[in-house]
Amino acid sequence: METVTLNSNFKSEEYFINMGPQHPATHGVLRLLLTIDGEIIKKVEPDLGYIHRSIEKMCERDSYQQIVHLTDRMDYLSANINNEAVCLTVENALQLEIPERVKVIRTIIGELTRISSHCLWWGVMGMDVGALTTYFYGFRDRELLNDIFEETCGARLTMNYNVPGGLMFDIHPNFVKRVKDFITHFKTKLPEYDRLLTDNIIFQKRTKGVGILSKEDAISYGASGPVGRASGYSCDVRKHHPYSALDKVTFNEALRTEGDTYARYLVRIKEMWESLSIVEQLIDNIPEGEYRVATKAVIKLPKGEYFQKVETARGELGVYIISTGLKSPYRLKFRSPGFSNLSLLNHIAVGGKIGDLVATMATLDLVIPDIDR
Amino acid sequence: MTNQSLQELIGSWSPNLVFTEEGSQYLNVTVPVEELHDIMFKLKHNDQTSFDYLFCLTGVDWGEELGVVYHLESTDFRHSLVVKTQTAERENPVIASVYDIWATAEFHEREVFDFFGIEFTNHPNLKRIFLTDDWDGFPLRKDYEDNINMIIK
Repeated sequence: METVTLNSNFKSEEYFINMGPQHPATHGVLRLLLTIDGEIIKKVEPDLGYIHRSIEKMCERDSYQQIVHLTDRMDYLSANINNEAVCLTVENALQLEIPERVKVIRTIIGELTRISSHCLWWGVMGMDVGALTTYFYGFRDRELLNDIFEETCGARLTMNYNVPGGLMFDIHPNFVKRVKDFITHFKTKLPEYDRLLTDNIIFQKRTKGVGILSKEDAISYGASGPVGRASGYSCDVRKHHPYSALDKVTFNEALRTEGDTYARYLVRIKEMWESLSIVEQLIDNIPEGEYRVATKAVIKLPKGEYFQKVETARGELGVYIISTGLKSPYRLKFRSPGFSNLSLLNHIAVGGKIGDLVATMATLDLVIPDIDR
Repeated sequence: MTNQSLQELIGSWSPNLVFTEEGSQYLNVTVPVEELHDIMFKLKHNDQTSFDYLFCLTGVDWGEELGVVYHLESTDFRHSLVVKTQTAERENPVIASVYDIWATAEFHEREVFDFFGIEFTNHPNLKRIFLTDDWDGFPLRKDYEDNINMIIK
């Protein structure tokens, strides 16, 4: 153990401390092994696997319809987008023509999911740095979205609304009206978020200049989503590889260049505005048509390899399927955004204080089942 | 760069590379294990290829061989490439780590080590990442058996 003599009376030494697996700031069962000297962090080593379920192995024995259900349980806050990722991979492999109606509805629900996820993140972010009110505000607005999902999908969290070939059922007759009401409501609430937290001087002092990630490191560590974009790395899958109806809408990629915790915060706030704009562009123009095209009861993908990227609320989710022509994939890999984003935590936390680590982790927006899979 | 010019450029680096586009939306190149690190280094640092983003690293058990699949993208040129390598050695498979080229490989290689037992040389911290250190066997291998935890249909 290294011993540093400060002066004749005081000396400091490094020691280990456990953060988690039940620490509130780790947002789930993640254990961090911290090496600290006083309050300065020397090393952060994540200990993973507390809720590892080996979804990839389960996929090797399941049918493609069943696999969709498992993806809900990875990043549960982006459940719908995860479902969409698997469905898109299967549909592309089968070269299915998906009706425009399905694409538009998928995009609307995907963007609403993103807002809902960011609402929860915003509430928890505030709570992590000591502002409990944000938690209630975030959950209040998220409830409205959950109600809309419940009416259309039948579930509030793990929706399972997408199936290979389209949607499980058509949207509820109230859907369009309720989504419009939500947009009107939420546009008055987002400035409230800013007044409460964004402009708060204590919050800014906690987050500005903390946990800085450079653009080069962001790319090298495979950062994606708001974490990458806050470092000036243009990595929005919706821009670079548009899927569903995202090629029909105009939106700005939220980019910042500071790369610090506050920048990651601002990127997510901006993304909520952009998602509202995407939903607004589509909600009045949902095309008529089928909500699903028929697929065979037993789906067999042609022999080959298929890769599909989507942008979840956390970043780039990749689905990589190797098929040998059977009813289950030979190998299925989920490239989850949280796993790569966690890998850079040590890099940006070293040299900071434990309090900074909490603020930094809050803006990485980790969902542990997404990391553990 | 188009797939064809990529293939011409990369193919000139070594005679032992095998290219294919069959059954995949990307250009695939299979690299012998012993040449992997050299080729990967060039792929990232060559001005024309500039593959700076490793967006997926997958371990695969091909039955006879164990392999790793690397999905690469260039954030400058937005072209992609899939690099594959495999080893017939199942008892003691060894592949060079690309951690020094892309930092994201550190965690991803640990995952592959955990589930496939592939050892990555020069990896800074190669140990199991999800499973406990005393876990027996490598669960994502095709010949893995666990009568207690696995439901066989």
